[in-house]
Amino acid sequence: MSKPKAGFYWCASCGGCEESVVDLAEDLIAVVTAIDFVFFPCAMDFKREDVEAMKDGEIAVCFINGAVRSSEQFEMVELLRKKSQLIIAYGSCAHMGGIPGLANLYDLESILKRVYTETESTDNPSGTRPLPQTTVPGGKLTLPTLDESVKSLDQVIPVDYYIPGCPPPTPLLKAAVEAVLSGKLPPKGTVLAPDIALCKECPRIDSKPEDLAIKAFKRPHEIDIDPEKCLLAQGLLCLGPGTRSGCGAACIKGNMPCTGCLGPVSRVHDHGGATMAALASLLEATEEDQIVSAIESVPDPVGTFYRYGVPGSLLFRKHTTSGNGGH
Amino acid sequence: MFMENKASDGEQPRVGVYVCYCGMNIASKVDVEALRQFAEKLPNVVVSRTYKFMCSDPGQELIAQDIKEQKLNRIVVASCSPLLHDATFRKACAKAGLNPFYFTMANIREQVSWVTANSAAATKKAKALVAAAVARVAMHEALEKKRVPVHADVMVVGAGISGIHAALLLANAGKKVYLVEREPSIGGHMGQLDKTFPTLDCSACILTPKMSEVKNHPNITLWTLSDVQEVSGFSGNFKVKVKRNPRFVKLELCVACGQCVEACVFKEGRVPDEYNIGLSKHKPIYMPFPQATPASVLIDPNACLKLSRGKCASKCVEACDRAAIDFEQKVEYSEVEVGAIILATGYQLFDATKMPEYGYGKYPNVYTMIELERLVNAAGPTQGEIVMRDGRKPKRVGIIHCVGSRDKRHHPYCSGVCCMVSLKMAHLMRERIDAEVFNFYIDMRTTLKGYEEFYDRVLHDGVNFVRGRVAEVTDWAMTPGEEGKLVIRVEDTLIGVVRRIPVDMVVLATAMEAHDDADDVRRKFNISCSKEGWFLERHPKLAPVSTFSDGIFLAGVCQGPKDIPESVAQAGAAAAEALSLVDKGFVEIEPNSAWIDADTCSGCKTCIPLCPYHAISRDEQKKVAVVNEALCKGCGTCVGACPSGSAQQKLFTDQQLHQEIEGVLNYV
Repeated sequence: MSKPKAGFYWCASCGGCEESVVDLAEDLIAVVTAIDFVFFPCAMDFKREDVEAMKDGEIAVCFINGAVRSSEQFEMVELLRKKSQLIIAYGSCAHMGGIPGLANLYDLESILKRVYTETESTDNPSGTRPLPQTTVPGGKLTLPTLDESVKSLDQVIPVDYYIPGCPPPTPLLKAAVEAVLSGKLPPKGTVLAPDIALCKECPRIDSKPEDLAIKAFKRPHEIDIDPEKCLLAQGLLCLGPGTRSGCGAACIKGNMPCTGCLGPVSRVHDHGGATMAALASLLEATEEDQIVSAIESVPDPVGTFYRYGVPGSLLFRKHTTSGNGGH
Repeated sequence: MFMENKASDGEQPRVGVYVCYCGMNIASKVDVEALRQFAEKLPNVVVSRTYKFMCSDPGQELIAQDIKEQKLNRIVVASCSPLLHDATFRKACAKAGLNPFYFTMANIREQVSWVTANSAAATKKAKALVAAAVARVAMHEALEKKRVPVHADVMVVGAGISGIHAALLLANAGKKVYLVEREPSIGGHMGQLDKTFPTLDCSACILTPKMSEVKNHPNITLWTLSDVQEVSGFSGNFKVKVKRNPRFVKLELCVACGQCVEACVFKEGRVPDEYNIGLSKHKPIYMPFPQATPASVLIDPNACLKLSRGKCASKCVEACDRAAIDFEQKVEYSEVEVGAIILATGYQLFDATKMPEYGYGKYPNVYTMIELERLVNAAGPTQGEIVMRDGRKPKRVGIIHCVGSRDKRHHPYCSGVCCMVSLKMAHLMRERIDAEVFNFYIDMRTTLKGYEEFYDRVLHDGVNFVRGRVAEVTDWAMTPGEEGKLVIRVEDTLIGVVRRIPVDMVVLATAMEAHDDADDVRRKFNISCSKEGWFLERHPKLAPVSTFSDGIFLAGVCQGPKDIPESVAQAGAAAAEALSLVDKGFVEIEPNSAWIDADTCSGCKTCIPLCPYHAISRDEQKKVAVVNEALCKGCGTCVGACPSGSAQQKLFTDQQLHQEIEGVLNYV
């Protein structure tokens, strides 16, 4: 019997997800022994035509990372959906929109204008922009177009499972591969990670006081961080109470607060909203000026509470006057 | 995203929708037949009916019958506020064998027909609310009300006539009562009055026996000079923290002999006497008034040299052969548990200086009514002799009604008692000093038993009545006859002329108003206030002494202006309500408590400090938060704050709320 076929595709991503596969280290050998990668643009030389040539459902499982915005990404994920039995949204960007999803705080035109005209390093006096089609001697060249909004994978195609994280912790990947191979899979739609918040596995939980009585938040560079004590108790904005565990509290062990990359637990529909509500209710601020100064201690609230998930949240994107969010 | 039409318990929901006409209350705005047809087509709806009055017996029977015949397992009634009839319909469901919590109400009266002008818009809104209720009820679960034992003791806050009466009733019924009063003596305003209308009973004569009964009652713990600091818990199980200020005199030793007051290094009074409204002064060590209860002197720490400066010959200590004086007394805090609380915190009088046109504070011979009460009282500053501040005896007296009441600039309401007080005082002035009396009124309000007869009697006593709101009180004389007099300028609306009436003394019948700190008090007890500051009753007709906080009742003027008989009657009602709560032995608690899923709680501790009822603690073994169901009041604070959705609340689960929201949004 031939080995099950697998795909590993990237959309709007940084390459960190592919790196997490390499992080399997010696376990990678077991993985490639058990499955056959038939499409893995970062690592192997298969082309789109190779996928198109496959039968529908021929790929047993396809891991797709990165957010979706360009027309090429739309086409590819739809193609892969057709050819795959299981689609796994891999990493924060495919799961919730990720860092690229923060682009939904701007409209497309202002992003293009900033990038192709305004940045300090841009030298583009003619205001040239990439075009979907350019005629050159010898034929036509095409480029993908950009959608108005960045989307998480499940906003484009049906997704069977999610592996969260930026990048996903290797134990989660390993467990997912084992589950796929053994066929012992939970109900469709499940995030393949513990469904409990990070405080549960945080080594510092016992040092967290019951009443934090937060007056203002600090940023990591502003204080000398105690490596033993709860980071919230030190005034750092740690998203651990509202973020799914499964990373082994990697950032906390690195003496940095949780930034929320694994997203919310299944019971929470809006990661940023829930975490913000929890932390705001612990503020020791009753007077308006105290509240204002507490809020001002978070310079970028959306980028802090919704860092990995603007598209996947109830917000989806900032309202645009053109109203073309395209959700 | 959240729409799932399967029932919470796995059973296929069979929903019955009942749309109430409420006579014309709903049907005149909402197209109830269209609403019925709309509801019929909603998912899971098996039966949809309309009825004139769903709350009537035949209306309830309709539900019961359908539950049996159509095998309904979910009921939605679209009618009035759940506050009114939630219990009615739950009972109807229970009678037909359905768990009462498989029921929900859509409020299409208070939230729709009464507040929506346009009929089409009203019908549309009613549809959205019914759709929401139908979607929500599918997610309901069978719940049981739980019983919690109640504490049998009662606290009464405020010891005026209302508080005294309520406390005595409860104590006589065998309940232990904590009576908390912030003044040094009980008695309240009634203790300051001379005579009471319309019977002209001596106020002190009828009050003081009750005061001493309080003092001597084995079931009453009296705390004077005390304030409630904190209230926690819930109906049947309140915890109250009371701050008890020092008297600097040992109550159990003092016999109020007055030797210490005599001996005080100050030979004259120094502090304006509150009981006499500042018409006299008392020494730093003093007896509030002769019949004060508890019968004990006290020391004003601000005026006493020993307490304010640390230096005094302390003659009082020498004089007291019972060694009752104790300069070392400190503030004490007492924490007690009670099942019910009666608020009888009374009122204050309108500050007459807010109406400078009447010259109070400017002309010495302008008095407030309560000052005159003290002046005419035998125990008052002049031993009952009616002598004005300038030493003269008044021959002509003008009594101005409605000072601060029935006045858009101050209080729009009628204080209710001033007409009768003014009549009583007019009578006393005729009787005691044969003065010529003018009463200036807007309307005479003498509606209760014996009041009109009293008015008639005073009319025939020769008291003058001028109908008109007084414009001004002035000492500016226009004729020699007005020299040295206070002139009352008023439009006599019965004869249609502006009159100038010179008098020796002006008396202002000032309004009753809510205490300045009424808002703090209401917050402490978690009840509501009307916009005038009076504590709000649960229902103006059917629950006049209850509040929106179960177990907290109202007595006397703190709920709104009243005279003595009404205050006493209300105090009786409040005592009966409190008794029926604490005597029953248990309270049934709405099963809307929160719970925390121990399997998914991360132990982040966010919820623990937020619970206003201290119902959440940390299980150090499992390292998760745990809700104590007996303490949980179902406020939902922890549910809103839990960042991982592990705290949930019965009747308000995320699933139920999302269904409800989806239900509304799908149909608007």
